[in-house]
Amino acid sequence: MIETVKLTDAQKKSRRGRNIALGLVLAGLVVIFYIMTIVKFSSGHA
Amino acid sequence: MPGTPPRWRPGLKLQKFRVECMSVVENENVAGTQAGLRISEASAGDFFALLKPRVMSLVVFTAFAGMVLAPGHINFAIATIAIACIAVGAGASGALNMWFDADIDAVMDRTAKRPIPAGKVMPGEALIFGLVLSAFSVVILDLAVNSVAAGLLAFTIFFYAVVYTMWLKRSTPQNIVIGGAAGAFPPMIGWACVTGGVSLDSIILFLIIFLWTPAHFWALALFKMKDYGAAGVPMLPNVAGIPTTKKQIVLYAVLTAAVGVAPAFTGLSSVYYGAFSGLLGLALVWMSIGVLRMDDADQKMVPAKKLFAYSILYLFVIFLALMIDRLAMHLFSVGGIA
Repeated sequence: MIETVKLTDAQKKSRRGRNIALGLVLAGLVVIFYIMTIVKFSSGHA
Repeated sequence: MPGTPPRWRPGLKLQKFRVECMSVVENENVAGTQAGLRISEASAGDFFALLKPRVMSLVVFTAFAGMVLAPGHINFAIATIAIACIAVGAGASGALNMWFDADIDAVMDRTAKRPIPAGKVMPGEALIFGLVLSAFSVVILDLAVNSVAAGLLAFTIFFYAVVYTMWLKRSTPQNIVIGGAAGAFPPMIGWACVTGGVSLDSIILFLIIFLWTPAHFWALALFKMKDYGAAGVPMLPNVAGIPTTKKQIVLYAVLTAAVGVAPAFTGLSSVYYGAFSGLLGLALVWMSIGVLRMDDADQKMVPAKKLFAYSILYLFVIFLALMIDRLAMHLFSVGGIA
């Protein structure tokens, strides 16, 4: 039998906030690597 | 759980099987909660607080100054990424510092509300957070800019988290003298981002912050003596006494003022900057003498508080003046005036 935990409202809210922050960080990383690639290619370093 | 666990049988859909297997447990009744099985209520803001945002803002400012002052050119987008990496790296070392120092943070008024002693973030969460951000910041700085800058950032994180936090802070009253190097590296990293190396001028930028740190922190340590004493941190006033600390503050204020004008002698800045920074340095020395004259039994320690506040302003204005001076020199040289 698997037990799951019923989260409190505070836990749900904080988890949602952390997920959003993590999503933004990942999106930021995508942008950073995109910019790095473009700049390196255009300057002939790639 | 009571009863025999349900078993999967042919024809039973997976979703239904899952529902049969699961039972919902109230959060408060989770077995082993006290033993570390804890569901975090830490917000994204709590994790951000682990990065020491105020320290991070100073790091960003001085690293930016290093980039502006360095000879050469760097792509704006790459410079932005570099600043972000330096900021995150500095923040990561702050998170590692908070992880290791949670015990003493809990007993000091100034730090008791930090996320770990306040019970918002678990120590293990802060450790992993700090390690992951450290790795990401160094690797991305290496990929985006150059290995020298990345190496300096890695060394800065190591120096602050291991040499200062884990070793010096609790073992010697000279902790912040040597540990101050960690806070002094950012302009050197910014410089290395542009030039790919280290030079006399970038060492001078390093020295300005390195020599400024003792006078700044010992002024704080004077009026926070009880806090540091309660936490068992061997700050100079607690170990060597107030009179010795006051003399040391004057010594480092003089050294800071002297090295503050050095850029005017190496050609990094103009004589106008030299004169201006000289005046700022004289004010720093004057305020440190005010601390020296302060009665040892003084409970309010107003001169020490004033020196602490002014020292922050001093460092900010010195680096701002260096950047403005560089901009002015550039504009005049382009216009053919100088």
